Amino acid sequence: MGKSCSCIGCDGVLEAHPDAKKELEAYIDSLPIGDDIDANRGYLIQSLHKAQDVFGYLPESVQLFVANKLKIHLSEVYGVISFYSYFTDVPVGKYKINVCTGTACFVRGSMKILDELSRHLGIKEGETTEDKRFSLGGLRCVGACSLAPVVMVNDKVYGNVTPQMVQEILNDCE
Amino acid sequence: MTASSAETRTVKTPDELKAWAADVAKKNKEDAPVVIRVSMGTCGIAAGTTPILEALKEQIKLQGKEGTVKITQTGCMGLCHSEPSVEVVDVEKGTSTFYGSLTAEQAPALIQAGTDLAPGVKVVDKIWYFPEEEENTNGAIQARVVLRNSGRIRPELIEDYIGTGGYSGLAKALTEMSSQDVIDTVTESGLRGRGGGGFPTGRKWAFAAAQNNEQKYVICNADEGDPGAFMDRAVLEGDPHAVLEAMAVAGYAVGANQGVIYIRAEYPLAIERLQIAIAQARECGFLGTNIFGSGFNFDIDIKYGAGAFVCGEETALIHSIEGKRGEPIFKPPFPAIEGLWKKPTIVNNVETYANVCAIMRKGAAWFKSIGTEKCPGTKVFALAGKIKNVGLVEVPMGTQLRDIIYKIGDGIKDGKAFKAVQTGGPSGGCITAAHLDSPIDYESLRALGSMMGSGGMIVMDEDDCMVNVAKYFLEFTLDESCGRCTPCRIGNKRLFEMLSDICHGKGTMETLIKLRTLSETIKDTALCGLGQTSPNPVLSTLREFRREYLEHVLNKTCSAGVCSSLIKFEINDKCVGCTMCARNCPANCITGEKKGKHVIDQNACIKCGVCYETCKFHAIDKK
Repeated sequence: MGKSCSCIGCDGVLEAHPDAKKELEAYIDSLPIGDDIDANRGYLIQSLHKAQDVFGYLPESVQLFVANKLKIHLSEVYGVISFYSYFTDVPVGKYKINVCTGTACFVRGSMKILDELSRHLGIKEGETTEDKRFSLGGLRCVGACSLAPVVMVNDKVYGNVTPQMVQEILNDCE
Repeated sequence: MTASSAETRTVKTPDELKAWAADVAKKNKEDAPVVIRVSMGTCGIAAGTTPILEALKEQIKLQGKEGTVKITQTGCMGLCHSEPSVEVVDVEKGTSTFYGSLTAEQAPALIQAGTDLAPGVKVVDKIWYFPEEEENTNGAIQARVVLRNSGRIRPELIEDYIGTGGYSGLAKALTEMSSQDVIDTVTESGLRGRGGGGFPTGRKWAFAAAQNNEQKYVICNADEGDPGAFMDRAVLEGDPHAVLEAMAVAGYAVGANQGVIYIRAEYPLAIERLQIAIAQARECGFLGTNIFGSGFNFDIDIKYGAGAFVCGEETALIHSIEGKRGEPIFKPPFPAIEGLWKKPTIVNNVETYANVCAIMRKGAAWFKSIGTEKCPGTKVFALAGKIKNVGLVEVPMGTQLRDIIYKIGDGIKDGKAFKAVQTGGPSGGCITAAHLDSPIDYESLRALGSMMGSGGMIVMDEDDCMVNVAKYFLEFTLDESCGRCTPCRIGNKRLFEMLSDICHGKGTMETLIKLRTLSETIKDTALCGLGQTSPNPVLSTLREFRREYLEHVLNKTCSAGVCSSLIKFEINDKCVGCTMCARNCPANCITGEKKGKHVIDQNACIKCGVCYETCKFHAIDKK
């Protein structure tokens, strides 16, 4: 999936995942896209949600694909992706480890947990390990404040986490 | 429970609605005499409600109680401190018991007991019970207006909402009142925006209604961004129709026929339940064309946020719906004049809408009887932090902070001393013990240097360093600043650096002076609400906890033992050599013989404090 050349949108992701491309295309085609660019722009964020859903991230080729479909400029699409924290243009790991950094978890020591995870994995918040197994991130309040501090690994919730539990959590990811 | 199993009817007149509600009430009475409500909000599910639900279902089968015990899956009951929790309702008597901290092993006893008290299962303290009727608030500290249905009805079945009088507010508005009547009622009720600002809702609606424009919009702000608050999610997951009904009422009042719910993508369960609710409301004729035969048309779309706190600001939110970067712009023009797609638009938050249906049904006078003169009604708070009973709390405006923290919350965890309570999230401030008797309303909290905010209420104890707390909120704002205006983009960065310096022992008295001056400058010059309020956590801690700042700056110590550059852990002579600390140390930096005094390698220590917390002999000093 490496870049074959340096031109825009030439990362080969679309070609490598024809089914995902088809799914995204079908979704965008189902929207009432017309010639009014302002109106089309109103569908941009939901299209990007769908795209990230099927591809896992938003590489340049996918951004360009969405931009062409909605008839808006790639720079605008990139502007939106870089603005919203939910969107990412780099691939994420198989296990997405998110530490809740909401206020309730913070006062109960979530930063220590984040430090400890970061020490174990050798990556900082927002990064992914080189073997693409783990991504480490922060997460705003998941609303399980009674379980603070909370760590989520993909969809699994760990509550009342202590620094000692970090190794256990990572072991669970095998 | 799926949407397809739901009973729906097409409702064209208020009488048909009444008849349906009566049928639902009759059906509920005749159904099983015992109803067990299982709290299935995101938080309940995270705490492990699903296996409990399965165990309860299995026990009903095993004990042959299919006809007598019915299980319903509801939204959040607010009993975070006791999740997983269930409510057992005696249908005939109308009384109920809340059980908490359940395990699957307790399911047989619970089903066996029926409406009798189940032995060996934790019963939730009465103070967390809500009276079944809103009026019946005698002696109770909590009052339920916004959360009236959350945890009580099945959010995926419209008939449950109809059974509680659902959509009768809309019916009344459309068939008995003019648009102006609706606005007058809301204005008279004194309802103020629950998103934090406290702007009178009726006035906002009147502005938009006065615009002569064919196309107007009604927006529901469900982009709950305060990192310590989740009440809007509870309403959306537990009572989605209440928001839809109120938006339709708002649409009628201002002359809009299109509603948009802007919701965080991080709330998948709330989104799912909203989608189901919208589909049902359309099927029944509560959304669509010619609602209740009045000629009024209204429909609702869902738009997703993508993780930007600033999108809670209404102009930023509108940009986001338009598919742009969520940057705020200078007001005026206000959205009520020029909003979404440049058309008149009203933006209200979820909790505000949840109040509207109750006002439409029961009238402005009823609403004004709750709360204070200037701030009628209730407010929902997400009570969390170093408190024994964490949960969603709804109290009348004017309730004292002390009652919430010590009566409902049952005081501070682990016998520690109270230090402060933080309200208003990253825009708010810290309130000290000296002000705990203050009533909760917009003006009082502002006078204390904090604000209502959307309703996060975080309690802190003696182990929290207030400088570090201020730094935490600043880090949040820094992360979320959209970068459009200089005071917020650069000013907050500088504030954060100064706070970091102080936490690392590099601050001077001059830093403190600069900190205050810059904070005040940002407050005066930033473009939007986010920037203008971002220095509040700094200013309020500087004022209330000056001693702690001075201690960091002059003595280079952190008495709360939080700022890792300023503390160190040492093992004293009380050490008996139990090896507990060495075994638990994640950095493996504690060495020593068994039964001999251990030593911490200060160079390798990461100051996580695990040794301090695990030592049973008070042999570790935090300096």
